[in-house]
Amino acid sequence: MQKFSALSLLRAGLTGHVGWQRQWRSPEPKPGYDVIIVGGGGHGLATAYYLASRYGVKNVAVLEKGWIGGGNTGRNTTIIRSNYLFDESAGIYEHALKLWEGLSQELNYNVMYSPRGVLMLAHNIHDVQSFKRHVHANRLNGIDNEWLSPEECKEFCPPLNVGGSMRYPILGGALQRRGGTARHDAVAWGYARAADALGVDIIENCEVTGIRRAPTGEVVGVDTTRGSINAKRIGVVAAGNTSTVMNMAGVRLPLESFPLQALVSEPVKPIFPCVVMSNTIHAYISQSDKGEMVIGAGTDVYTSYTQRGGLHIVNHTLDAICELVPAFRRLRMLRNWGGLVDVTPDRSPIVAKTPVSGLYVNCGWGTGGFKATPGSGEVFASTIAKDEPNKINAPFTIERFRDGAVIDEAAAAAVAH
Amino acid sequence: MLLINCPYCGPRPEAEFANGGQAHIARPADPMSLTDDEWAAYLYMRDNTKGLHHERWRHANGCGRFFNASRDTTTDVIKRTYRMGERPEAEHQGAKP
Repeated sequence: MQKFSALSLLRAGLTGHVGWQRQWRSPEPKPGYDVIIVGGGGHGLATAYYLASRYGVKNVAVLEKGWIGGGNTGRNTTIIRSNYLFDESAGIYEHALKLWEGLSQELNYNVMYSPRGVLMLAHNIHDVQSFKRHVHANRLNGIDNEWLSPEECKEFCPPLNVGGSMRYPILGGALQRRGGTARHDAVAWGYARAADALGVDIIENCEVTGIRRAPTGEVVGVDTTRGSINAKRIGVVAAGNTSTVMNMAGVRLPLESFPLQALVSEPVKPIFPCVVMSNTIHAYISQSDKGEMVIGAGTDVYTSYTQRGGLHIVNHTLDAICELVPAFRRLRMLRNWGGLVDVTPDRSPIVAKTPVSGLYVNCGWGTGGFKATPGSGEVFASTIAKDEPNKINAPFTIERFRDGAVIDEAAAAAVAH
Repeated sequence: MLLINCPYCGPRPEAEFANGGQAHIARPADPMSLTDDEWAAYLYMRDNTKGLHHERWRHANGCGRFFNASRDTTTDVIKRTYRMGERPEAEHQGAKP
């Protein structure tokens, strides 16, 4: 791997930037691997990277039906935070946040992690009570989160409208200062490059069409559009397509796939210093380093595999944004797009072994998986390498729905999903 | 926004409707006789079909009635809507991803 540094940039600059190597190889699939990861998004690539770097499993392939960075990893609104209510969630999201803090150095790739603060706004008494409860619960778990009055919200994020004219006025907010953003496609590229350097084969344009099992039930490999590949361990990390892939092995999951949309405005000068989220009026907004306002909308109400949603969903979010930040009323939107998110009944992920021996699944991150990318990959790699869940992901089983041990962040977020 | 043909009122915009999830999931007649796995499957497991999918809608801001729709989840085209109590057409049955 060609190491990136200020010196290498200077050297390449003096010679016309002709010496840069490809960041990862484009290998033909081998007949077999120790581990196959199905899905080359951020979570899958991170899994492969940590398998190779921390758990000594280097004979790994990542199979991606499209191209690296073409799925949800390149379609989300890049928000990073760990201020979830329940201890189990705090464990896994904070694990991720700690990895984010050193990720650029670890990967030798600038993922542009920017802890600019995530401000979650409260608009009614219920929000205020719920968010204050979150603040206290987070602090008990050693996670930073603090309550701001409306005036303090305005001071932290000056464009906000905290006047009395709003239909749902800002009554305060919960601020996680370590939260923020990162450049999403750089995360995919950085993990791909680092995993490739450790010997992982990243195979793009390779769609899995079947999961092969021995007569005794355990997995022995996959069929793909580029031929059959053997492996005794298969990790499925296919986001919105997880149900489809797991059906190939006869495993049913409590998942439904919905389109989730995002959009960006024309680029403007720096105006918005942090991430602002409002669950109640459904607005998620931050400003990219290019100057675009990056806006997240909600999911459609129906399941779909189209990767596009209804315009009224986007309009609803823009209504909220224009109320929150009246200065944005004349901003023009440049483009919008959709991703495909897999949602569990409790809005918490599944990172677990499955009833099929050798088959592991990492799914159900729903509308908020990007923030968890490093932590999700790390604990999933541990689970695959040791054939048992890590302490952090042990609660995130499929069986929790049977056993009544749900981790109900859906209720905790108090969002009308 | 989808244009949905309410079997009682005719075509109306999606904004008038509430989605009720996968159709034809019958509540077990005797829940107490079920194992925990069977009860969890009834409550939580869904087909999440890629292809022709049967789902419930309610004309919430219209007649208020429930009905079913058969929609292709790869195109979002609604092939047919039908009243509660009717079954999906034979050629549609068993369509799984």
